[in-house]
Amino acid sequence: MSTIATSSAGGRAAARAGRPDAPWNPYVAGFGLGLVLLAAFVIMGRGLGASGTFSALLVWVLSFFSVDYVTSNPVHAGYWNDGAPLMAWLVFLSAGCFAGAAVSGWLARRSALVVEKGPRIDTGARLALAFAGGMVMGIGAKLASGCTSGQALTGGALLNVGSWTFMIAVFVGGYAVAAFFRRQWL
Amino acid sequence: MSAPFDPQGLLSEQAGYAVAVVLGLGFGFFLERAGFGSARKLTAQFYLYDMAVFKVMFTAIVTAMLGLALLSAIGWLDLGEIFLVPTYLVPQLVGGLLLGVGFVAGGYCPGTSMVGIATGRVDAAVYALGIFAGLAAFAQAYPAIEGFAKSTALGEVTFPDLLGVPFWVVAIPVAVMAYGAFKGAAVLERRFSHLRPR
Repeated sequence: MSTIATSSAGGRAAARAGRPDAPWNPYVAGFGLGLVLLAAFVIMGRGLGASGTFSALLVWVLSFFSVDYVTSNPVHAGYWNDGAPLMAWLVFLSAGCFAGAAVSGWLARRSALVVEKGPRIDTGARLALAFAGGMVMGIGAKLASGCTSGQALTGGALLNVGSWTFMIAVFVGGYAVAAFFRRQWL
Repeated sequence: MSAPFDPQGLLSEQAGYAVAVVLGLGFGFFLERAGFGSARKLTAQFYLYDMAVFKVMFTAIVTAMLGLALLSAIGWLDLGEIFLVPTYLVPQLVGGLLLGVGFVAGGYCPGTSMVGIATGRVDAAVYALGIFAGLAAFAQAYPAIEGFAKSTALGEVTFPDLLGVPFWVVAIPVAVMAYGAFKGAAVLERRFSHLRPR
């Protein structure tokens, strides 16, 4: 800190140029997110979501291998949409989400090709855990009919009984096993 | 004219998609602004030194909830027209527990993994592949678990429905509780600040 403070103005600007900005105050970011959610309720009569896009993308990919498999499975068939699985509201929402995140990350210089992990775990182990965690998440999201966006955030604001049950369970589940994954993050 | 608009057929399908893209831009932007493209920032929630996940989530919930309470109290918005995910109590409890485990193990949730991928996080991309594997496994196993997945069905039900009171009667105490929880979060962050990297 002091070295930056005592360096020249040009040096300060150069140091700033490569350094990522700090994240926004969480209450400011949360307020913005809340207004987006409220706009979704007011305009569309529905909230936000993310896991549905993964379901739609999976169905789209699987359909190149076997349309019969997709249409005969009760879970996949729900996303088939008469052969146009990607023409779904949530898929468009996610496309926007991806672009919005890319722009924000670029503006804040936070975009970087990296693997997020703590110092005490190697990259291979981290990626294996990322895959395993994603898999558990995928199963859980299907069972819960939604994820952190579609259930916790959306259903939370609607005071949905199942969503609040879900949300509390997410935190309980996370804290229950956090000690076992300490090496990965700290 | 009153809200919500789309369920009254006021928007064409294309207009609905356009709205989705615009809302998505905001969704992704604010998640990334909060720093949620980083798995370390997200999982800090579970080690208590940085509770941004809780703060962002509950600020968003309270903001949207109070907005709904106000707009419905003045009679401009019909809450009954907003889509509700039906409640399946035990499956959603078990699903939530699994999500919590997957969050700490994998580092993201589905939405934040998109933010991670959009900002170059390789682990977020691998995590997304894991989600696909999980979804495929669930679909394959569905005939065996369908009975459980549809158990304890309560239908579309909210706490105001359950208590037979207007939306705002529950919304205001929830907002007050959230405010108290934010104060509590600050205390925990101070107590566990030694865990913060560097």
